[in-house]
Amino acid sequence: MEAFLDDWGLTLVTFTPLIGALVMMAVPKENESFHKMVALGTTLVAAFLGALLLVNFDFDAAGELQYVVDKSWIDVINSRYIVGLDGISLPLLLLSLGVVPLCMIYSFGHFPEPHNPKTFLSLILVLETGMLGSFIAQDLILFFVFFEVVLLPMFFLIGVWGGDDRRYASLKFFLYTLFGSALMLISFLALFFLSDGTVATEAAPTVNTFDMRALSTGATSVIARGAQLWIFGGMFIGFGVKVPMFPFHTWLPDAHTQAPTVGSVILAAVLLKLGTYGFVRIAIPFLPEAAAAWAPVIGLLAVIGIIYGALGCLAQSDMKRLIAFSSVAHMGFVMLGISTLTDFGINAAVFGMVSHGLITGMLFFVAGSMKDRYHTLDMTRLGGLLVQAPKMGWILGFASMASLGLPGLAGFWGEFPAILAAYNPAEILSANVWRAYMIVAALGTVLAAGYLLWMLQKTAFGTPTEEFEHDPHINDVNRFEWISWSPLLILIVVFGFYPNLIFDLTDPAVIKSLQVEGLGGAAGDCLSLAKAAGEQCFADLRDAVGSAAGN
Amino acid sequence: MYLVQFLLLSSVLFCIGVYGVLVRRNAVLVLMSIELILNAVNINFVAFGAYNRELGAAIPGEVFALFIIAVAAAEVGVGLAMVLTIYRNRKSIDIHEVDLLKG
Amino acid sequence: MTSLLAAEEASAAIQAGGFFLENVWIIPAIMATSFACILFFGKRLPKGGSEIGIAAVLICFLLSLVTAGQWISEVNRADNCVVAQLSEDKYICAASADGAGEFASAVGSAGSAVAAENDVLVDAEGDEGPAKGAGLKPVISNRTWWSNGGINFTVGTMVDGLTVALLVVVSLVSTLVHIYSTDYVAGDRRFTHYFAFLSLFTAAMLFFVTAENILQMIVGWELVGVCSFALIGHWWEDQSNSDAALKAFLTNRVGDMGLLIGMIILFFASGETWSIVDINKLAIEHTTSHTLLLIASLCLLAAVMSKSGQFFLHTWLPDAMAGPTPVSALIHAATMVVAGIYLVARLYGVFFEGLSIAGSSLNALALIGGITTLVGASLAFVQDDIKKVLAYSTISQLGYMALALGVGAWTAAIFHLFTHAFFKALLFLGAGSVSHSVHSFNMKTHMGGMRKFMPTTYKTFLIGSIALAGLPPLAGFWSKDEILVGTGGWGFFEGKPHSNGAYTVMLVMGMLTAAMTAAYMTRVMYLTFFGEFRGGHHDDHDDHGHDDAHAHHGDPHESGPRILWPLRILAFLAVTVGFLNLPPGFLGLPKGITERFGHYVEPSSAAKYFPKINHADPSWSLAIFSTIVVSLGVAAAYFYYFVRVNRQNPAGTELVGGPTSRFGLLRAGHTMLKNNYYLDHIYDGGAPVGAAGATAVGALFGVAAGSALGFSLDNGLDQSFVPSLIWGIVLGGSVFAIVSTALRTGVGAATFVKRPLAWATNWTHENVLDAAVDQVGIRSVQAAEVVYTRIDQGVIDGTVNAAGSGSSGIGGELRRMTTGKVQQYATVMFAGAIVLAGLLIIVI
Repeated sequence: MEAFLDDWGLTLVTFTPLIGALVMMAVPKENESFHKMVALGTTLVAAFLGALLLVNFDFDAAGELQYVVDKSWIDVINSRYIVGLDGISLPLLLLSLGVVPLCMIYSFGHFPEPHNPKTFLSLILVLETGMLGSFIAQDLILFFVFFEVVLLPMFFLIGVWGGDDRRYASLKFFLYTLFGSALMLISFLALFFLSDGTVATEAAPTVNTFDMRALSTGATSVIARGAQLWIFGGMFIGFGVKVPMFPFHTWLPDAHTQAPTVGSVILAAVLLKLGTYGFVRIAIPFLPEAAAAWAPVIGLLAVIGIIYGALGCLAQSDMKRLIAFSSVAHMGFVMLGISTLTDFGINAAVFGMVSHGLITGMLFFVAGSMKDRYHTLDMTRLGGLLVQAPKMGWILGFASMASLGLPGLAGFWGEFPAILAAYNPAEILSANVWRAYMIVAALGTVLAAGYLLWMLQKTAFGTPTEEFEHDPHINDVNRFEWISWSPLLILIVVFGFYPNLIFDLTDPAVIKSLQVEGLGGAAGDCLSLAKAAGEQCFADLRDAVGSAAGN
Repeated sequence: MYLVQFLLLSSVLFCIGVYGVLVRRNAVLVLMSIELILNAVNINFVAFGAYNRELGAAIPGEVFALFIIAVAAAEVGVGLAMVLTIYRNRKSIDIHEVDLLKG
Repeated sequence: MTSLLAAEEASAAIQAGGFFLENVWIIPAIMATSFACILFFGKRLPKGGSEIGIAAVLICFLLSLVTAGQWISEVNRADNCVVAQLSEDKYICAASADGAGEFASAVGSAGSAVAAENDVLVDAEGDEGPAKGAGLKPVISNRTWWSNGGINFTVGTMVDGLTVALLVVVSLVSTLVHIYSTDYVAGDRRFTHYFAFLSLFTAAMLFFVTAENILQMIVGWELVGVCSFALIGHWWEDQSNSDAALKAFLTNRVGDMGLLIGMIILFFASGETWSIVDINKLAIEHTTSHTLLLIASLCLLAAVMSKSGQFFLHTWLPDAMAGPTPVSALIHAATMVVAGIYLVARLYGVFFEGLSIAGSSLNALALIGGITTLVGASLAFVQDDIKKVLAYSTISQLGYMALALGVGAWTAAIFHLFTHAFFKALLFLGAGSVSHSVHSFNMKTHMGGMRKFMPTTYKTFLIGSIALAGLPPLAGFWSKDEILVGTGGWGFFEGKPHSNGAYTVMLVMGMLTAAMTAAYMTRVMYLTFFGEFRGGHHDDHDDHGHDDAHAHHGDPHESGPRILWPLRILAFLAVTVGFLNLPPGFLGLPKGITERFGHYVEPSSAAKYFPKINHADPSWSLAIFSTIVVSLGVAAAYFYYFVRVNRQNPAGTELVGGPTSRFGLLRAGHTMLKNNYYLDHIYDGGAPVGAAGATAVGALFGVAAGSALGFSLDNGLDQSFVPSLIWGIVLGGSVFAIVSTALRTGVGAATFVKRPLAWATNWTHENVLDAAVDQVGIRSVQAAEVVYTRIDQGVIDGTVNAAGSGSSGIGGELRRMTTGKVQQYATVMFAGAIVLAGLLIIVI
């Protein structure tokens, strides 16, 4: 069993949804209950496999890749089928595996128009494969393929099942992210041509390689500083669009507002994490030197995003759009944690990704259910949810409290450690700059309370407006909603009480990812030197590796 | 050799063909004009083939001519079929009226 | 007249121990469980979950008493202890000093053996033999909560005298409030939720006071804030209530920003430790940089100001009276609002060193406290709503406590916290009892002469008022007197006291407040309980004054036993608790009777987490003088109300043609007070001065927070002054925006409460803080909208859209070329072929 999991576990978990989608394609669409069953069954099987992986995961070696499979794939460009799982990937993989079945169950209760479960559900399955693959891929081309596979189903989910302005929103989403991916691909190719896989600690067999293991362990240290900066810039935009970072965020509110509820949830819970995951897994470990140079920009954009997103929220009257803008603010905290380049900050960021996925996903669920009942999310027309649907009102209040970072709930442990980390960034960065960021970020927590409570007051408090006062459709949380929401609610509390569940996992992996690999496995500590010395350290490393490679 | 004469003939045929393709409205005539163009080319191939053989170079232009004849037969077959279909649907074979590709 | 304590003499401290001291986590855990149980099962229970809450809180109270008992016995053990040194910083009790020779039970036999073997008894002064008496180290039990990036986060409990005192206060007041509430909110729509949140609040507060590290303090601090939010907004159907809740939460959040930053600075400045004991210890030993301590304490001060209602962030507290009265008693008078005071007391090493309290005569904490106490007392004068009088009175008394901490009178501050909790809860519950009967809080329109209808409430309220006013021998007198002594200002008249500095200004402020407190409480007594009942005639035409569903407005009547018994118990305590801390040497009483509270509560400086503070000498002359001042306050108000107003018109509330209508200056002053010093105007931004004020507030925050930027451990304040100033301005602007945004929502509530009231001038009252805040809020939302429409939707999104529409435009142009006419394509093709052929010819 374990041997089987070691060899096939990851592959199976990733492609199970795709198999389900293929099965569904073979059956005519009239057979709705069959499609629903197959779709849910497939995701549950995948989730079960994920649970098996979790159980068999070696927690003592969370820093190492596990379940690694390395098979030849496209020999012409030295691209291989490499997958693996470590402490950073695992929480995100499980998050994806968990959220999708919940979305399916939820959608059974609220099928968006035009109905057509066959296509809708099979698109979600394809989407799931893309998401899972992105988190486990250890080869840049493989990663890129999965990263792009995600786009198309989402495009159709928004474009077909979305709101009134869906065409515009879906096209914008698609093109904007594709634009980012293009730059990202160029960066990947530059890495391929400029790096030297044979000098890495986890050496690749060839000089030109897409093997992420080699690239993150020193294969890139031969690249000249100027080139590194450009390559990082490309990835920065590619991942930054996906995060989304200010000022690349404008696709997000439109996509979120127009997407069907399930689409919004998946978008918020998982898709946004692909961007931050890219930073943590690819951009920073590959190019620590360039990361140090870019970090002030990342930090600045992050804190601008925090304040800007919050102000954006205050200007909204549409509830879903408000939540979408709050994502910009929350991902700002995540990016702030990443920009510190410390293991503490990046751990906080990974936690922030998970907690944001749970909490904002929950908020979108509630918003979607409210839309189903009220047929509008215009906050000037809503009110008195607590009177008409008290349980839903409480859940909304709970999720808002979690989102504004109440200690004891998951949101706090994404936010507070990020602020804490900003006080003490990596030595190579200027502490004063990050302390300034810290204060601005702390300001963001105040604003977060402002807009979330304001939303709560507008929608949940007060008495129902005349328009909806006697509307019989406004009923309380139904069965499907309970099933799909309660796991999220429970996890928000569990992670809030015991954040170590995630920090334990991520810590070793993050420490490893931040190690600057010197020659022959000698760990450099360039990031923990003051600015000038750190840059000199990188230059020395480059010379040493360069001459070694020359031999 | 009388190469120049053959080339002149083929040029005349080609020009007639081009004129027909560009100007005639009847689809069948357009097809026939295309035949003229192809056959003009055939004449060229055969003429150059013979001419080159006299010079000692072994470039068998006739082979291409055979290919073109085969392709032309197929082309006429498909073309006439399309014309028939168009006629069936529109009761006309005026190609000016057929602009389904308009963007 | 020396007041040296045994703990002070001690140069060594031993470790305390005991089951409940080590396992105090049980107490908050019980309340948390109770919260969960009420939430999930409460509705199915016959009494709606209140029985669970009451049972839990009673158990907590009993456990708190047991814990307190254990602590007291540990202190006694330490007092009678002959100290032996084990290692450099480890002492044990080798024998008790009364000669019985018993080895302390808590000390392991191995340790004693080592001590006996080495025979290293510590000499006290060299000639008196072995040292008698030791300090006591707090009981700390903790475990790792989570760790990350090399930083370890622990969770645990820390118990010392301060913790124990707070445990008892919180659980006792909470118990009484629980019982009281079963009657007061009976039949409420959300009876069960109400009790659930009472439980959660109590749990959070207990968690907060037992916190072992500052991270836990942050957690507890935020949790009580949320409970306060939920309970203020308990009747959220009314916009005004939810506005008040929002205002409270957001104002607190502004302070929380300071809390987060201050705690983070402390964490790093103390070499990455969260432990309260370590942070205090390093601060006292001057290991931590003084600059950092100063900045951290200023940041924390912002949090204290918001949570404990200090001037100028106090405006949420009166609005918070929108919540049910028992909640006001519990949260907004007795417990939660003292969280800020507790924070300062807990981290006293940081504040003592950071603000250089010793030996100076002015510092930020004392000044803010002093201003607050005056502002609160003066505002209490002009309120018509009985709860608001009490709310401002709370602000004033919290100011007293902050002042006391600011001048170094730590024990006095905590003792005042202790006594105040009882008599203020008593007053609030009494006010609730009255309003329960007349269905209004307005003293001028619905009360008067209540003494006849509600004798028990009257008597208990009278006791509470006297205690609050500070007349001997009730509780308030003793604690207030200690604070006044502690300022050290009286030393000018009577030799050199042993105080920490010469805070003469603070003494004057405190004295003025004492007089004003006495006067406004006399006013409340008259308006509520004397004169003639003014509520009856309103029934004919004034039914909108309250939203209760009670249609029947008979004569007011006394409340039921579940309301009266808590009042009686609190009244008893308000009379007696003052004797817990009689001044040393009082009437020649022996040392074992005087100053018990201070002895058991104040940490020993030998335990090294509490600074060496001096205890001012008690002064008979000061006590007499302050009593005269208080009596004068009472007399003035008595003369005005009981004599003149009562004679002119027993049903009246003001003297017709009284001083405020005759003298312009007085009238202006009155109007200003009615307007809450125009603070709400500032926050609402209604007045230009408001904007300026809010910016100033913001800048103050900013300078404190911003100066955190430029420093590193070695840098002095000078180097970072310019960047801090710049950051201060930047942050000031942002805080301005935030505060305004926050208050924009709060303003609605304020105006709602005030406008229906008959007073034409009342609109201004809420306008100072509220109006100012609101304006800022409106402005910032406007700014946000501009940013959103112009920049986000216009520039940034516009660029993206322009790229799309540009390419689509080009496509549109190109599209015209595809006509679908085959012959046109062919023409182009042939033309192209000819051109290519031409090129070929030319090239070849």
